[in-house]
Amino acid sequence: MTALVTAFVSGMIFSIGLGISGMTQPAKVTAFLDFTGNWDPSLACVMIGAIAVHAILYRVIRRRPTPLFASAFSIPTRQDIDPRLLGGSALFGIGWGLGGFCPGPAVTSLASGHLSVVLFVAAMIGGMSLYKIVESRQEHKAEVQHGSPTASWLKADS
Amino acid sequence: MEQFTPLPSLIGGMLIGLSASAMLLFNGKIAGISGIVAGLLSPTKNDTLWRGVFIAGLLTGGLLLRIVSPQVFPMGISRSWAALVLAGMLVGFGTRLGNGCTSGHGVCGLSRFSPRSLIATLTFIATGAAAVYVVNHLLGGTL
Repeated sequence: MTALVTAFVSGMIFSIGLGISGMTQPAKVTAFLDFTGNWDPSLACVMIGAIAVHAILYRVIRRRPTPLFASAFSIPTRQDIDPRLLGGSALFGIGWGLGGFCPGPAVTSLASGHLSVVLFVAAMIGGMSLYKIVESRQEHKAEVQHGSPTASWLKADS
Repeated sequence: MEQFTPLPSLIGGMLIGLSASAMLLFNGKIAGISGIVAGLLSPTKNDTLWRGVFIAGLLTGGLLLRIVSPQVFPMGISRSWAALVLAGMLVGFGTRLGNGCTSGHGVCGLSRFSPRSLIATLTFIATGAAAVYVVNHLLGGTL
């Protein structure tokens, strides 16, 4: 129960941070990505602020053997750079530039009730579902070809 | 640089870093929004409720913002419904294929000094810039 309260409060702080920082404004996001135009570096400040705080606290927190309200930390350990990481990030970036939203600000902006945001989030969930379908087909194929239930490229890290 | 807002952006960013740290300290989880949302599409026992509650927290924060400062939710750019659907699909599919988004790779991963997250972040900023270049400078700012 306590873990649910902390998850809720974390979500709230996250979205308030997004709102204050300017990430919920597609015009500001696209202005950050417009390096050859009227460039707005604000989003670099968002990343600097977030990473400065989390990089320090991450190291302090990881000295603990376990989190406070869970049995273990779930942290990605992969180090390899594979085509999926590159291709997926490339596609995500194109969508981010075209729509001006990444997942956190999009979900937060649902609260505005704007139809354009509802449409974007519905399409985003559609894209995630499409990935799930493709993934399960590939998994099936790998099973048939190699008798292995999970192809190596399917191991998720976050 | 007409709209540069260094201070609010820095403070907002620090709140995001604080939230990610709270998720790690209390729940042991990475605050990667695309991963948290996608997990809700494949519900498993003991790994679904916290995701739903985190998203409820995001939405509650969004409602508070709407009440206190509704100006944080302008669209501000000219996009057709078709463009928004295409963009949303790319964001949804791409973040799953690449295992993360701006929060999971850009904030949490970079804070851990993860080489995967560094490459992912450089990649999505580069292709995002390319997409914006096409829209703003070749298509006149509308899509």
